[in-house]
Amino acid sequence: MDFYRAHVLVCGGTGCTSSGSLTIEEMFNTALKARGLEKEVKVVRTGCFGLCEAGPICIVYPEGSFYSHVKMADVERIVEEHLLKGRIVKDLLYVDHANEARDITTSISEVNFYKKQKRVALKNCGVINPEVIEEYIAFDGYQALGKVLTEMTPQDVIDVIKKSGLRGRGGGGFPTGLKWEFASKSEGDIKYVACNADEGDPGAFMDRSVLEGDPHAVIEAMAIAAYAIGAKKGYVYIRAEYPIAVKRLGIAIAQAKEMGLLGTDIFGTGFEFDLEIRLGAGAFVCGEETALIASIEGERGMPRPKPPFPAVKGIFGKPTIINNVETYAVIAQIILNGADWFTSMGTERSPGTKVFALGGKINNTGLVEIPMGTTLREVIYDIGGGIPGGKEFKAVQTGGPSGGCITKQHLDTPIDFDNLTAIGSMMGSGGMIVVDEDNCMVDFARFFLDFTVDESCGKCVPCREGTKRMLEILEKITSGKGTLEDLDTLEQLAYSIKDSALCGLGQTAPNPVLSTLRYFRDEYVAHVVDKKCPAGVCQDLLQIVIGDGCIGCTACARVCPVGAITGEVKGQHVIDQSKCIKCGACIPKCPKKVIYKQ
Amino acid sequence: MKSLAELAKIREEALKRVDLRTDRKGTRIVVGMATCGISAGARPVLTALLDEAQKRGLKEVEITQTGCIGVCRLEPIVEVYSEGQEKVTYVEMTEEKARRVIAEHIVNGNVVTEYTIGAADK
Repeated sequence: MDFYRAHVLVCGGTGCTSSGSLTIEEMFNTALKARGLEKEVKVVRTGCFGLCEAGPICIVYPEGSFYSHVKMADVERIVEEHLLKGRIVKDLLYVDHANEARDITTSISEVNFYKKQKRVALKNCGVINPEVIEEYIAFDGYQALGKVLTEMTPQDVIDVIKKSGLRGRGGGGFPTGLKWEFASKSEGDIKYVACNADEGDPGAFMDRSVLEGDPHAVIEAMAIAAYAIGAKKGYVYIRAEYPIAVKRLGIAIAQAKEMGLLGTDIFGTGFEFDLEIRLGAGAFVCGEETALIASIEGERGMPRPKPPFPAVKGIFGKPTIINNVETYAVIAQIILNGADWFTSMGTERSPGTKVFALGGKINNTGLVEIPMGTTLREVIYDIGGGIPGGKEFKAVQTGGPSGGCITKQHLDTPIDFDNLTAIGSMMGSGGMIVVDEDNCMVDFARFFLDFTVDESCGKCVPCREGTKRMLEILEKITSGKGTLEDLDTLEQLAYSIKDSALCGLGQTAPNPVLSTLRYFRDEYVAHVVDKKCPAGVCQDLLQIVIGDGCIGCTACARVCPVGAITGEVKGQHVIDQSKCIKCGACIPKCPKKVIYKQ
Repeated sequence: MKSLAELAKIREEALKRVDLRTDRKGTRIVVGMATCGISAGARPVLTALLDEAQKRGLKEVEITQTGCIGVCRLEPIVEVYSEGQEKVTYVEMTEEKARRVIAEHIVNGNVVTEYTIGAADK
């Protein structure tokens, strides 16, 4: 084994990969070789670091220097200066949005984005090479499985998980320990464990990052779950749209099998467990557990009424537990560190940490893991670095298309399952989309409804027909043809769909509409009564006009693609509203800045 | 995987490969590798340190390079930072001296006084 003096960690998550991190990794290898450093410096491809905004990301250990937005041209400099001569390339280091001084952030542990975080589920992401099982083992991997199999009874395992108060991270927040207990008490010769990696919520990508960065954590936890309920076989249901995650999970399963951590007689205890990947085609509804079961069985992915719950009648009619990726990602650590360690973090009814995918109008787009009970203000301003361009915060949507928005008045609410539900939103899988003054909330609700209409499986009438009607009303409002009665109809429809839809998709689909109606009714009223879009988003309600002060330079008329602007040279120009397509091309052209939207 | 002991063995082996990335205590050996250091022959010194550390399977030793330490005339310079002890600066290092520093100072805990900056200045 070679003794390396430095490790260069290159992020191989989906975010950084799409901005070219794999080429950068290759260039590091080439540049190191050219200087004969390949035996001294090791290049490691890791999972997601979380701060996707700053990608491609490279970290150089032992210093922990945090290089962000690394370009191909930078590789030579980092190798020459840092790795050969030992001088950190300061101008390439990450700049904290909250703190402009570059030399303060030479090390990753000093970056504000990470300071307030508590990484449990993401513990190994960005630290280990996910394609090398030994690295996982070095960071205590498979110790928990060993402990469970040699020292604990299945009931002990269930008791620890119950005592930890862990609640399902997929959205529902059902206590995981109880779920396991139901399945363990269900009669049946064959039982199954399943992992729900069908992450469909727009804007959420923590499950993908865990599978890409730490696939063994999920495998180990599934084996533990299997032992607890008496199963021998597991399925990971993952969407084919996550090629990197699928590939790494496949590699991880193969390595675990080779080492005998999956298969028969694990740790010489006679326990056997095998794992299989099932690829989904990317339908949102397949994240619903009964639809997921149908899809694993090879049927069309549609939900069925519950009960019977999967713990009684799941995959192939056998007792099954289905947990989310993030839930599994913390299991091994709970076993090793104890339930008390877990409950020491978070709030009383929602212990532990939760990963959120920060997106939308926020400086630090990326993954953050925080103890439950952290306030939204801390997440958005301290960790997220605030809103770009100094714009005004308007709301944050949690729970994606199933959740609701949270406004400024609730910024100081401690985040946990119950608090979010109480203010009309939900935890969901942890997507957090930040909205600023430039976003129209009616249009925002329309966007999410458009998504659920698309993704409705069509089995039950309320969801298939109801959400479609709601979308039509919203489109009517955003095009300026809405009436006040429409708002009442919208609300009425929303409540009946919530009450009558078959599965979670339909039952939660009206949430974005209800919560925007609740907190931003004035914006809806502005659309239907004043026929105005206060944020200036809804095209049909906008007019672009040329105000006083036009000098007749004709710059706007020349750029107009439809010839809607007329006027004499050196005279006032006007826009023909019947021709204008509201593309806004004229606005930046005006030297006097008198063209504006109203 | 037949036993916990087997897992522990794999873990032990694997830890060596990743411990640069963990928070660790122990000794830090720094080689001055600015232009002055490199031209005075710091690279073979660094390689010798790495090689010796690897041969002896040293744990909790971090070998890294730094910029110009300032006394360019005495390069190559190697500095050893041990927990709770004063920094030791070795000057005018060679491959052989580097190996001796690992053997006597790092392994046995005896500073090789004759190579230190104090000795050179006399």
